[in-house]
Parts: sequence; structure tokens; C-alpha cells
Amino acid sequence: MDPLTLKNLNEARNARKAAIVVTNLTDGQDRLVIEGESVEGELAEALSKAFLNGKSTTIEAGGCEYFLNVHVPPPRIVVIGAVHISQALALIAKTSGYALEVIDPRTAFATPERFGETELFADWPEDVLANRPLDAYCALAAVTHDPKIDDYPLAAALEAGCFYVGALGSRKTHAKRLDRLKEEGIPQEALDCIHSPIGLDIGAASPQEIAVAIMGEIIQAFRSRGLG
Amino acid sequence: MGLAESFAEQDELAIAERWMSEGKEVAIATVVSTWGSAPRPVGSHLVMDEEGNFEGSVSGGCVEGAVVTEALDVISSGESKMLEFGVADETAWEVGLSCGGKIRVYVERVG
Repeated sequence: MDPLTLKNLNEARNARKAAIVVTNLTDGQDRLVIEGESVEGELAEALSKAFLNGKSTTIEAGGCEYFLNVHVPPPRIVVIGAVHISQALALIAKTSGYALEVIDPRTAFATPERFGETELFADWPEDVLANRPLDAYCALAAVTHDPKIDDYPLAAALEAGCFYVGALGSRKTHAKRLDRLKEEGIPQEALDCIHSPIGLDIGAASPQEIAVAIMGEIIQAFRSRGLG
Repeated sequence: MGLAESFAEQDELAIAERWMSEGKEVAIATVVSTWGSAPRPVGSHLVMDEEGNFEGSVSGGCVEGAVVTEALDVISSGESKMLEFGVADETAWEVGLSCGGKIRVYVERVG
């Protein structure tokens, strides 16, 4: 392996960027491809597929065997609001293999008694996210209904290019939210990326069912990121 | 412990880079394909230096000894090697590896 490939790979992983080491097993040459870089040629399709499913694999191309070692940062789900839905979502995310953290400045909601071992921050999203910045491999679900709490992290998530941004609230609530965020200067195409009503349309009624719908939508977004 | 610190401390690729910066000779072994129930997934790494110190794993502990021996060769020759292990033989059974598995491990020198 080229020492530079190793160095650049570690840099990408440390910066939570997805990267694939492409090794030609026939001649031993390797190169690094970072997600989002344009790739030409026979490997292009296999690379984009590998970025999405996260699976390392060997492929044949042009008479050579290649190994694609895929390094996708572990996705993080950031939930704004320590509400009933979040309690269920924390359990479902864990089962699904996604790391999850909950942020809510309302100390009556954000208690270890309600959330057990879930990573919990009883502080304002502004303060928490300053130390734990969002990135493209984060999903953000804002579920407090309270603009004072939800608006800032929603804007931050859109700016960071989170693979999923969802907001709880009725169509009317959401329309008002979009007006406020627009006034903050967030462009329309970014606002269009907010999933609201939140969650897949499965007729979810209980907090637990809504959590399932949100988790399903997050998985769908993660496995189709960059596909529009 | 911050994300970056835990990354550097436990991660075998970060360790390989650190060893390089300390002037050591380093080889990386990577599981490139598996058949049946292999103990470590494709993409798993074992890294080692020229003295045989190693970190990470490519199996549940059965083939690491063989990989390290081969890697010493790779470090001195600079020629990459493809190793194949069937983990259905008696040794594998004795150390409790799942039967019917087979792995292919690519060993290369860094630099």
C-alpha cells in the first residue's frame, strides 16, 4: 500500500468522510476515492454502489481483480427533544445499529431515568452542537415542536449537509417553520430537503409507531444518499 | 475521550500510520473475500511491523500466526501475497471457529 494512500485514508476517516481504497490485486497498485469525487471508467458503478451499501468487495474489471475496501463513517442520529417518540426511537436505533444521541434543554424531559443508557445532553442544541458538529453522516430529527429549540439545529443540519433532516409537526406548523427559516436566509432548495411530516407514511399513530416510521425514513435516506 | 483520540488509539490503520512515522517497516493484511461463515468480515485488517508485533485480526485467532509469518516475508521482499485459509480443518475446529468457512487474505507492505 502506498503510504500516502494510508495517510489520506486515515485523514478521511478521522474527518468522517466516506472513502474506498481501490487495490488492484493483480499488480498491487492502490488509490483512494473519497465519496463525492467523480470517477470515470469501468469501476465507477461498482464504487457508487459500494459507497451506498457500505460493503467491501472484490470485482473484476478490464482483466484485473480489484478489491474495494469501503470505509463509511458510522451514521449518527441526533434527536432534538427528549420526548416520548425519542424514547422509542432510541431503542429502535440501537436495534438497527445506528448510534443515537438526544438533546433537550428542558431538564424535566432529558433525564437518565427516562433514557437509560442513551447518550443524553440536557442543554441547548446551540451549545451541544458547537462541540459535536453535525456532518454528512448525521441524521437530525427535531421533535419538540418548539421553534426555540428546533429551529437552530434544523438550520445547522441543512448547512452541514446531513443525509437526513426531519421535523415533527402539522403541515401548518411546518409552513410557519419554513417561513421562519427562510427569513434566516436558508435557501428554498435546502428547505425542500426537510422531511415533514416526519417519518415514512405508514399510518403511524402511537409514539412508538412514529419512531418506527422515522427510523425507516432515516434508513431509506442513508442507503440512497446522494441519489437525489 | 474524544472521537479523534479513540480513533488513534485503537484503530489498526491509525496504528500502521504511526508505526510508519516511527520508521518501522509495516505490512497490512486484509480479508478480501470470505465463503461460508467466516469469523471476520471482508475489509478487516491485521497490521504488523518487522518484529512481528501485530494489531487487529483477520480471523477469530486461528490464522493470525500464519499471517504474521507470511507478512514478515512480505516486509522483507516487498512482494504482496494472497493467502487462502480454509477454516474447516481440524485446527480451526479445535479453536472453535465456525466450520465450512474459508477466507482469502491479501498481505502487502506499506511503501
